[in-house]
Amino acid sequence: MPPDSGLALTPTAAPRGASRPTDLLARGEPFLWGLGGALGFGVMMIAGFLLLVLWNGIATFYPRPIHVVTLVNGDVLAGEPTRTESFRPPAAEVAALPPSTQVTVATKLGFADRTLYRTGNFDLYGDDFRWVTDYAIARITTPPDLYLFERLEWGPFIGRIKSVDLAGATFDAGGIPLERLAVAHDEARRRWRQIREIEHDEIGRVNQQIESERLALRKMELGAGAHTPEYTDAAGRTEARVAAMTREYEGLAARAAALKAENARYTIALADIKGREKLLPLAEIMRFYPANDLSIFGKLGVYVSRWGEFLTAEPREANTEGGVFPAIFGTFAMTLLMVIAVAPFGVITALYLREYATQGRLVSVVRISVNNLAGVPSIVYGVFGLGFFAYIVGGTIDEVFFPERLPNPTFGTGGLLWSALTLALLTVPVVIVATEEALAAVPRSVREGSLACGASKWQTIRRIVLPRAMPGIMTGLILAMARGAGEVAPLMLVGVVKLAPELPIDGIFPYIHFERSFMHLGFHIYDVGFQSRNSEAGKPMVFVTTLLLIALVALMNATAIMVRNRLKQKFSGSQF
Amino acid sequence: MVSVARIQPDEGETHYHVRAGTEGAIIDAENFNLFYGRKQALFDITLSVPRGLVCALIGPSGCGKSTFLRCLNRMNDLIDNVTINGTMRIEGRDLYDPGIDVIALRKRMGMVFQKPNPFPMSIFENVVYPLRIDGVRDRNLLEETCERALRGAALWDEAKDRLKESALSLSGGQQQRLCIARAIAADPEVLLMDEPCSALDPIATSKIEELIDELKGRYTIIIVTHNMQQAARVSDNTAFMYLGRLIEFGETEIMFTAPKVTKTLDYVTGRFG
Ligand SMILES: Nc1ncnc2c1ncn2[C@@H]1O[C@H](COP(=O)(O)OP(=O)(O)O)[C@@H](O)[C@H]1O
Ligand SMILES: [Mg+2]
Repeated sequence: MPPDSGLALTPTAAPRGASRPTDLLARGEPFLWGLGGALGFGVMMIAGFLLLVLWNGIATFYPRPIHVVTLVNGDVLAGEPTRTESFRPPAAEVAALPPSTQVTVATKLGFADRTLYRTGNFDLYGDDFRWVTDYAIARITTPPDLYLFERLEWGPFIGRIKSVDLAGATFDAGGIPLERLAVAHDEARRRWRQIREIEHDEIGRVNQQIESERLALRKMELGAGAHTPEYTDAAGRTEARVAAMTREYEGLAARAAALKAENARYTIALADIKGREKLLPLAEIMRFYPANDLSIFGKLGVYVSRWGEFLTAEPREANTEGGVFPAIFGTFAMTLLMVIAVAPFGVITALYLREYATQGRLVSVVRISVNNLAGVPSIVYGVFGLGFFAYIVGGTIDEVFFPERLPNPTFGTGGLLWSALTLALLTVPVVIVATEEALAAVPRSVREGSLACGASKWQTIRRIVLPRAMPGIMTGLILAMARGAGEVAPLMLVGVVKLAPELPIDGIFPYIHFERSFMHLGFHIYDVGFQSRNSEAGKPMVFVTTLLLIALVALMNATAIMVRNRLKQKFSGSQF
Repeated sequence: MVSVARIQPDEGETHYHVRAGTEGAIIDAENFNLFYGRKQALFDITLSVPRGLVCALIGPSGCGKSTFLRCLNRMNDLIDNVTINGTMRIEGRDLYDPGIDVIALRKRMGMVFQKPNPFPMSIFENVVYPLRIDGVRDRNLLEETCERALRGAALWDEAKDRLKESALSLSGGQQQRLCIARAIAADPEVLLMDEPCSALDPIATSKIEELIDELKGRYTIIIVTHNMQQAARVSDNTAFMYLGRLIEFGETEIMFTAPKVTKTLDYVTGRFG
């Protein structure tokens, strides 16, 4: 090829970069590292948090071995090692130690290790936990005949079986028929559940009926007056009905008493590691197992059964034991109700702001105010909810619809409905902002297409704009849901309580009890972790409950996201 | 080429080759002006569109073609600050009479936009949308209308097996024909088409052009286009607009071969635009 053909096929100029190196800053790399670093830091914090919760939450229910610790001073204790930490023992204590131990402590710069043992037996010791310093330990053994008993009261018992009395047939340590014991335990537990069912559900229902009879009569008295013939008539009939119900009540109570008497015949005598005895009815033991003598399947069995109890049972022992079912249910019901309340409210507001209101200063002010609402401390919403919803609205409802129950409030105090509405108010800015954005993102061309077909503005919004904006609206609802499900502070004022075994939805008319107070996982965490008699016992529950709350929120969000993606698919066709 | 004496018209003067009388014209504008705020976009437009024929609107971008088209079904009502004066009539009835039913008017004027704008629903629902908003529930009527409109838009063969599928799964050309089907499903009198082929490939374009040929006679069509060949192929009359004014209006053949105004010649021969 001639050199002057005008086509540069081979590079002739020297590479230019070599003569003038690019400034590092100009290339932007340090900036990029900074951004990446910030992202990495954020991801690490979240992952660390999730891992902490996950690990602690998942490990909590796994049965641990029981150590029998013989101390240097001759004392013995039995317990599950819970955790180990380093601490600085007081100088006086170190000075009293034998010289070799003093050297060990000195080489560790004055620190020593100690282990927290969960000894249980609160009724005997006055405490559940005990710190043991490593240098105070002479010997640790794991004897196979030690059992852990989970009791209905007083927390766990750690010790041996001394004797059992199965309806008159007594067995002493050494000759205990474990299989018979297990069968008798199952039966005793079944009777115990029957008793509870009778006392809680059936007697509860009868009481409810008696109460509603009384209320109906009171209403009549308020309406017609106490000395009218109608009233006397109704009073007579009510009395007859109440008498019948009282007989039903007595029958149930007798059945419960018979079951209780049967249960009283099965007892178990326990002895702690030092031989102190404790006699227990078999029915008051939730579960027991030989902690050091369990196969892996035995351990998994205990693990699964504990999770089962946790998810389905009611709390015991000031919430530190038992399950959290009412809290799961309350959280779920409240969140759902909140979404049902916030969705139409937020969407309608946003529709008006974006589609109908004349875009001017007033609308801008409204929009800014709505955005600022998102920054108001949530406890303020709680105060507002209590004052406005519970006292003003609820108080009025009580006066108009439930005068016969006064002075006991029905709606005039915190409850499920007021909580849901308070949270709806708290999350409505999120929904409004998201919906407005979604509406603004609907292309002008499809709106014009619809209007050009002769559709009215409302038809266009209903048939074209809203479906198109639905995924964006769903995103707003998802955010609102996540925010609402995790909110605790305002709920403490408007209806969440420490213990509410009566679920807001049950089989008694009208089935959904909007006025009832309820339990909430978030509040449960606070209560168990920081308000219970001993926070060490509640600690595992804090993690498990946190895990559960996160899982519940994640589950609800995942469902909503799935629905949204379904919707999105509808609108993302192949273009060209 | 025959040399013709060209004229440089004074500001605001239009040269008409045909001047369809008010009878026989379906739409006629008289000294029509439109302002976006203070800015005037249409100046003194006087134009009569004969019934049943295809009328092309040509002119460089920004000259007001879309604005004029959107005046015909009052889509400009949606824009704030638009003021008009002069008269615009459909079959002798003033379009901007306060008593006129805008929704009914839009039903008489099907519109096809520059970019296909199918609704996010099934093909079937897209086509019968104008009936749906009238509250038609009768399944048979809906199905009949759907088939008639899709056949009319030459989309039936391609779409008949996938009526339940999302309209967004169609190709661009098919989507545009779907929009035409939607426009004719309401059985309008006039079809307004604003650069209906500008986003389409040549094959889709030729399909739409054939379609326009077929629809001619049944509907009065006003089509905005940037494509001179297209205007020459499909239209009976052509209006040339420039800077908001109607410069020249006449039979397409004359407009493309022997326009009276220099600007028109320059534009149709591609010397500017
Ligand atoms: N919504 C609007 N607001 C203000 N000016 C507009 C608006 N729409 C169009 N215009 C102006 O009106 C003139 C005509 O626009 P248009 O009718 O869209 O031109 P064409 O369709 O011929 O390209 C242009 O100068 C454009 O800038
Ligand atoms: Mg245009």
